[in-house]
Amino acid sequence: MAYIYILPVETDPEPWIAELEKSIRKTFGYSSKMLKPGISLEKAFDLKRSQYNSSQILLQVISQSLPDAAKILCIVDVDLFIPILTFVFGEAQLRGIGSVVSLHRLNGKFYGLPCNGELLTRRLIKEAIHELGHNFGLVHCSNPVCVMRSSTYVEDIDQKSEEMCSRCAEELRSIQVSLMRI
Amino acid sequence: MKPSDISILIVDDEASIRDALTKWFELDGYRVSSAEDANSALLKLQEGPWDIVMLDIKMPGIDGLELQRRIKKIDPTIITIMITAFASVDTSILALKEGAFDYIVKPVDPDEMTHLVRNAVEQRRLHYENLQLRQHIEGISFSDEIIGESPAIKRVMEKVIEVAQTDSTVIIKGESGTGKELVARAIHSNSNRRYFPIITINCGAYSDGLLESELFGHEKGAFPGALYRRQGRLEMADKGTLFLDEIGNISEKMQADILRVIETRQFNRLGGDREIDVDFRIICSTTQDLERAVQEGTFREDLYYRLNVVTITIPPLRERKLDIPSIARFFIKTYAQSMNKNVIDITNDTLDMLVEYSWPGNVRELRNVIERAMVVTKGNLIELNDLSFFFPSAESDPGENIPSLEDVEKEHIQKVLELTNGNIAQASLILKVSRLTMYNKIEKYQLKKSKNNN
Repeated sequence: MAYIYILPVETDPEPWIAELEKSIRKTFGYSSKMLKPGISLEKAFDLKRSQYNSSQILLQVISQSLPDAAKILCIVDVDLFIPILTFVFGEAQLRGIGSVVSLHRLNGKFYGLPCNGELLTRRLIKEAIHELGHNFGLVHCSNPVCVMRSSTYVEDIDQKSEEMCSRCAEELRSIQVSLMRI
Repeated sequence: MKPSDISILIVDDEASIRDALTKWFELDGYRVSSAEDANSALLKLQEGPWDIVMLDIKMPGIDGLELQRRIKKIDPTIITIMITAFASVDTSILALKEGAFDYIVKPVDPDEMTHLVRNAVEQRRLHYENLQLRQHIEGISFSDEIIGESPAIKRVMEKVIEVAQTDSTVIIKGESGTGKELVARAIHSNSNRRYFPIITINCGAYSDGLLESELFGHEKGAFPGALYRRQGRLEMADKGTLFLDEIGNISEKMQADILRVIETRQFNRLGGDREIDVDFRIICSTTQDLERAVQEGTFREDLYYRLNVVTITIPPLRERKLDIPSIARFFIKTYAQSMNKNVIDITNDTLDMLVEYSWPGNVRELRNVIERAMVVTKGNLIELNDLSFFFPSAESDPGENIPSLEDVEKEHIQKVLELTNGNIAQASLILKVSRLTMYNKIEKYQLKKSKNNN
């Protein structure tokens, strides 16, 4: 039996793990397992930018030896970037196994606002489902409320739902059916 | 246009940038490939069409600016977006001047990147749409409605192709209903002016004053009722074609005005004092014999020679009977679509009858007949019965002219006289008319004389 592994790195999963697991099961039909991994954020730190290279973290995520992993989702609480962009909320391999999501820019504190635990959990779930969707082979969706809609601001994340639109859900279903045949 | 229809090539000597951009655009659903330098980029450009190329300005060997020049030589429509590590204004401005769509300074805000690519994709979409529309225009350039295989219509089509590429003035001669405007449109659609309008004005339909206002437009207050400035047809036809239908019907004053515009390519709006430059081609049509009008002094000789550079004469339908079946079938197909009727063809005997007829109203008359037949027909074939409005004795007497009442009367009296062996009293009894009436009719139709001759 395959699982979606959740790897929280240097962050306490307690406030959001149950909701996240529930949402993953509802969307993808997989049970999840949580694991404290040996991922070093230090290795991904870029001194010039004072940010963490998400691609570097992703490399560490996919090198984890987890034979029963359908997908591996890493959750961090640091500011992520990819070389061409100023920041990213997360990164995923398209049709791959690994993805990473950061709580850093999902937290109101980053914008000088008080931390809202419930809002943070909802945002994390949306970004986690979004990145896992890429892992399953879905690309960005133009439906404004679909979770697969690309978000470049945190406000964009708040506007979309935690659900996939019917088209993305249908595509996910057909991808999963074809995976089962393999 | 789906994202997967758009291809993006990323050219950067930094592998991390290439990878990051590739992954980023793949998540949007675009087709993405990358090249580490200009040479491999040029090789990839030969492999297939690319929509967007994102290229680093500073690269070892051929730099981004030079690569952009080479890309534009290969395909000037490819969208290029420059990537630069520093906000080097001079280089970026140079790149933009040389045709770059935009530039980004690394690292770029995700939102800015998303908008930039979205705009580039939109531009590309408009490019494809424009291409499709142009192809469509070119596709229909030989109007579907100019139909026929007869030598006469083929000569017309050959002449259309011959004159279309020139800018010469053309006079189209032909009877009413032969399709002079269609030929004018075909010339325009095959000319270099095809992306600009063809403006038609029916000179015969306007009074002198109105025609002047239609052609030249007017300024506000030029005459009572000129509440606004109005563009004339000449201005609308700028860079396109002006089709003057029924040119033979214009007054001497208008002839002089039109001659002046043709010679100077300038005119004034009514009530205006500014000379307006126009660039148009003139095609005109006439049902009249303009040469005779020139001889009679009703049409200016100088204007006639100005207009009569090329003449195309459209034969009347009776001179190209060979084309009647295909024209009739074309109209059946057209009206079947517009009327949403499942009429697929016409029976052979009905078609024979159409071919026999002389069609004084030409193709227009044929179109009207088919349209009426399409309205009345109940089946999926047009039959003789469906044309009873047009050929009342269609089934019994195909092809003959409908006799007048007098002809019928004359024939009938003649028959009765023959039957009675010329006995007028007997004939008047059979016909239930008085003998006096019989004498009058015989006199009128000269039947007695005719009988005596026989």
